[in-house]
Amino acid sequence: MDSIISMVLIFIGAALINNFVLHYFVGICPFFGVSRKVDMAFGMGCAVTFVISIASTLSWILTYFFLRPEAAFINNVFHALGGPADIMIDLSVLSYIAYIFVIASSVQFVEMYVKKFFPALHQSFGIFLPLITTNCAILFACLEIMKNLQNPEKLWGFHEALALALGGGIGFTIAIVIMGGLREELELCEVPKALKGPGIALIVAGILAMAFMGFTGVDRGVADAISMIRN
Amino acid sequence: MAGILPENPVYRQLLGLCPVLAVTNSLKPALTMAAATAFVLICANIMVSLLRHLLKPHLRILVFTLTIATFVTVADKLLAAFLYDMSKELGPYVPLIIVNCLIISRCEACSSKEPLWPSIVDALGQGVGFTLALGSLAFVRELLGMGSLLGFQVLPSSFPTWGILVLPPGAFLTLGVLLGTVNWWSARKS
Repeated sequence: MDSIISMVLIFIGAALINNFVLHYFVGICPFFGVSRKVDMAFGMGCAVTFVISIASTLSWILTYFFLRPEAAFINNVFHALGGPADIMIDLSVLSYIAYIFVIASSVQFVEMYVKKFFPALHQSFGIFLPLITTNCAILFACLEIMKNLQNPEKLWGFHEALALALGGGIGFTIAIVIMGGLREELELCEVPKALKGPGIALIVAGILAMAFMGFTGVDRGVADAISMIRN
Repeated sequence: MAGILPENPVYRQLLGLCPVLAVTNSLKPALTMAAATAFVLICANIMVSLLRHLLKPHLRILVFTLTIATFVTVADKLLAAFLYDMSKELGPYVPLIIVNCLIISRCEACSSKEPLWPSIVDALGQGVGFTLALGSLAFVRELLGMGSLLGFQVLPSSFPTWGILVLPPGAFLTLGVLLGTVNWWSARKS
C-alpha cells in the first residue's frame, strides 16, 4: 500500500476510530485524574503527545535493530564477533524491560531539557511529566509498534510508527479536553449522591465512547478520497 | 487483608482501571487477567520487600518498575505456553500490567516498608479484591450482554441481549453504575 495512505489510515485509526482512551482504555488514570479543568487537561494532552512521540521513536529504533526475532543488525554484529553462523539471536524476551526503561529515561531527559531550555513550557506542563512514566498509553504505543515489527508480512517503517504515536497522542488530547469541558459543566449539575465524582464521570465517558463509535469507517473514506485526488 | 472489601483497589481506590475496563467483556479473560495481575503483584511485593534495605529513595520507582517488568515477562510467557488462546485474546493488556498503578502503589505504600509476611498478606488481599472487582464487572457484562456465563448459555435465548454492554462504551457505563451501587450500599449501611 502507498505509504502516505497507510500513514493516514494509521493516524485516523489511532486518533478517532480506535481512540486510545475510549476504545483501548489506555491512559485512563490521567483521563479521570487530571480532567477537572480544560486548561490542565490540554497541558496533560500536550505532555503525553510529546513523550509518546519520543518514546515511540526510540522504541522503533530499538525494536527494528535489536529486539525483533530476525533483526538483521544484531545478528550481523553477533556473527561478525565470531558467533556460530547457524545460531540466530532473538532478544524479544527483553522487550518489555527495554521499553519501560526507555520510557522512564526519556521522561527524565525530556523533563531536564524542558526545564533548562523552555522554563515557560515547564511551568505549564512540567508537573505532569513525572506522572507520564506510568501512563499506559505510552507503553501501549510501544507494544503496538512491537507487534507490527514482529510480523514480517507488514513490517512497519518508521513513518508508520510515528503516525501511530502522533495519532494516539492527539486522540488522547481530544478525549481528555472534551472530558475536561464536560466535567466543568458537571460541577453545576445536581447528581445523585452515590454517583458524585468518579461514578458520573465514568457514565459520561461511556456516552462519549458511544459518540466516538460513530467514526467507524471514516478512515476508508479518507483513503479513497486521497487516492481519487492523486489520480 | 483490608484490600478485599474496605479498601478494594477498584471500587474504593480507583486504581488499575485500564485492565478493569478493557478485558471484562466476558468472565474468562477477566479471571485470567486477574490471576496474572495477582501473580505479578505477589511476586513483586516479595521481591521488593526482600530488597527494601538496599533501596535508594531516588531510584526506588525505577527498581519497582524493572522488578514488575521482569515478572510480567514471566507471566506473559507462562500464559503463552499454557493458555495460548487467552494470551492471544488479552493481547497487549498482559504487558500493560507493568504500568498498572495498583502494583506500583502497593510496592510503594506497603512492601518497601514492611517485612516479608505482612507484604505477602497485603498482596494477597489486594489481589483477591482486584479479582472480585474484575469478576463482578465481567459477570454483569457477560450475563446481560451475551446471556451467558463463562461461555455457557444461562439466560433463555428469548432474552434480548444488551449488545452495547460488550462493546467499549458498556465498560464505562457498567463500572459507573456498579461504583454508584457500591457507594449507595455502603452509605446506607453506615
